[in-house]
Amino acid sequence: MISLGLKSFRHGIHPPEAKDETSGLAIRQFPFAPLLIVPLVQHLGKPSLPLVREGETVVRGQRLARPDGFMSVSMHAPASGTVKSIGPTPSISGRMVPAVFLEPQPGSTQEVMEGTPCPLASATPEEIVAAIQDAGIVGLGGAGFPTHAKLRIPPERHVDTLIINGAECEPYLTTDHRVMLEQRDDVFTGIRYLLKVTGAERAIVALEANKPDAAQHLRSGLPGDLSASVEVLRVKYPQGAEKMLISALLGREVPSGGLPLDVHALCVNVATTAEIGRLLPHGRGIQERVITITGPAVQHKGNYRIPIGTPLRFLLGEVGVEEDVTRVFLGGPMMGAAAPSLDIAITKGTSGVVAFDATRAERSHRTVYPCIRCGYCLDACPMRLDPAQLGSLARSQEYARMADEFHLMDCFECGSCSFVCPSHIPLVQQFRFAKAAVRKAGAHG
Amino acid sequence: MLTGVAALAGLTLVLASLLVLANRTLYVAEDPRIDLVEDMLPHVNCGACGFPGCRPFAEALVAGEAAPGKCTVGSEAERAYIADFLGVDVGSEEKRVARLACAGGSNVARNHARYDGLPSCRAAAQVAGGGKGCFWGCLGLADCEAACDFDAIRMDAHELPVVDEEACTACGDCVDACPKDLFSLRPVSRRVWVACSSLLAGDEMLEDCQVGCTACGRCAMDAPESVRMQGNLPLVDPARRPNRDAIQRCPTGAIVWLDPEVGPVKGPAATKIIRKGALHDAPT
Repeated sequence: MISLGLKSFRHGIHPPEAKDETSGLAIRQFPFAPLLIVPLVQHLGKPSLPLVREGETVVRGQRLARPDGFMSVSMHAPASGTVKSIGPTPSISGRMVPAVFLEPQPGSTQEVMEGTPCPLASATPEEIVAAIQDAGIVGLGGAGFPTHAKLRIPPERHVDTLIINGAECEPYLTTDHRVMLEQRDDVFTGIRYLLKVTGAERAIVALEANKPDAAQHLRSGLPGDLSASVEVLRVKYPQGAEKMLISALLGREVPSGGLPLDVHALCVNVATTAEIGRLLPHGRGIQERVITITGPAVQHKGNYRIPIGTPLRFLLGEVGVEEDVTRVFLGGPMMGAAAPSLDIAITKGTSGVVAFDATRAERSHRTVYPCIRCGYCLDACPMRLDPAQLGSLARSQEYARMADEFHLMDCFECGSCSFVCPSHIPLVQQFRFAKAAVRKAGAHG
Repeated sequence: MLTGVAALAGLTLVLASLLVLANRTLYVAEDPRIDLVEDMLPHVNCGACGFPGCRPFAEALVAGEAAPGKCTVGSEAERAYIADFLGVDVGSEEKRVARLACAGGSNVARNHARYDGLPSCRAAAQVAGGGKGCFWGCLGLADCEAACDFDAIRMDAHELPVVDEEACTACGDCVDACPKDLFSLRPVSRRVWVACSSLLAGDEMLEDCQVGCTACGRCAMDAPESVRMQGNLPLVDPARRPNRDAIQRCPTGAIVWLDPEVGPVKGPAATKIIRKGALHDAPT
């Protein structure tokens, strides 16, 4: 692909994309599982407070839980049915979290309940932020940060550019790609809401050069009265990280430990934007999301609109995964997490499921060799840290020094250093470990 | 030549007198017993006494703010010697030991996923909890064994840490090291121990571990004055005398009697575990 002259950030890597198998497949509806598990923690922040009781009948789209404080969001019923129980369920974080177990009614029409609309023309910015919290919207890219919390901008801060993140640099995933192709008008409506909330002068929809059809589709439908543009970036990982995206588009560098707000920018994922545009005019909440189900072990690869709370075991059965599946990632293979159990449910933050069979999943290189100081990791690190030095400090457990002198806390665990390391040193895992140790030490005193 | 020697000698004289002056005026009088008492302490700086190390503890001892009995690391004779030297009462501090609230070794507890990475519990716990079927259970990668300065923790054949009560000083390093918070420091006299932390109950719990607490409540029924159920686990009242009745009818052996001679004893009703090898992973 000719990508000369296209913008990008410094450093980064080029992992195999593996997107071709699903990028051309239209979004299809996924069936309801016999039992849906809706965790009450699908976001960063406090668990939501359940509003339903065991045995209660709920309608699809009805609120199941309300936010508990500012960093919390609502949850909505993914299907009409009966609440079987409320109890603990395993989550991808490795902790047990409270969840609502919902049994969909087989004969139901599964009509979605309408709520109180939040009209674009008359709603104030505060009302829109409250509506976003009520709709249970969190960052659909994977981090699960509550979107309304991001949008509550302190009055002394000023945002000039709203960045709609459609980079989707993670290998295998094509959800944002399909959303841009199939939910173009929802994306534009979402941008209008977000521009009104943030007061930004312009919006930029950013995507990578491997999605030319989406770029063309968005450009051709861009309404004249919307101050938005579509920017195509060079294909590189991790371009979807907001700090990389701001650097690629605006040439501004977010200061260490700072937020995009510090450089007058705000990033929102394109699927999140589309959900805002789709849900707010109806006053509905998130009860399903688009995910990519792919990987060598999957027979029916594709992009699906899947009810929140679908258990992984049911999902893999439906898409025809063979018995010898050995590794399942929630999210992409670079920044996603390996599932520790098949009883985990799909949450709002799950952008994809990638399954590998036994032969493909075996790591080809198990031996870890010493660092040979080749410097590949320095060239790869998008935060321009020194992973080699950090790695050797991690070995000697000098965690405080890693944080104080080598900016360990700026690492966002993209995995580029581990990917390029010829000695197969598990750098990211060491850094994650070190970051936890630093945080623990900080909490103690 | 001569001027140089004279100049240096003069300079030396001036600086030396300054030092002598400083030593006189800035001298801090310190109780000489602190050094002596510190020498009598075990010098391991473990912190079990509640002070940051042996020196601060020695200062507290000399100041009369702590009793020598607080140091549980040294021998009885050493404590008596210090008490005798300072002319104070030894003070009684019951020896505490680290206890593990899990019995799910590899022969009785299932894994749901295989962890493949840095061989450390804390690293494994960050990767979606480590892959053990029971989310509360011991991961068996021996962070506690590595953290223990007294060689009081050894991993057994089923990847479960075993605490040597003689060697344990209750310094708390294993408590900090365990990512699942399974260790706690308990007085040795508390003989009834619940070796499970799972909040699940019944068959749901038994699916992943054969020796966990099913929350059947028999222990609380048999020893109502000292055991009660809370959050699907028995809670043993530390103020009451340990009652051996509590373990008699436990179907899984999750509640044990820690005998000073023979170690943990399960009740007669507990399922016998004869498996030597590892339990198979759960089918996917």
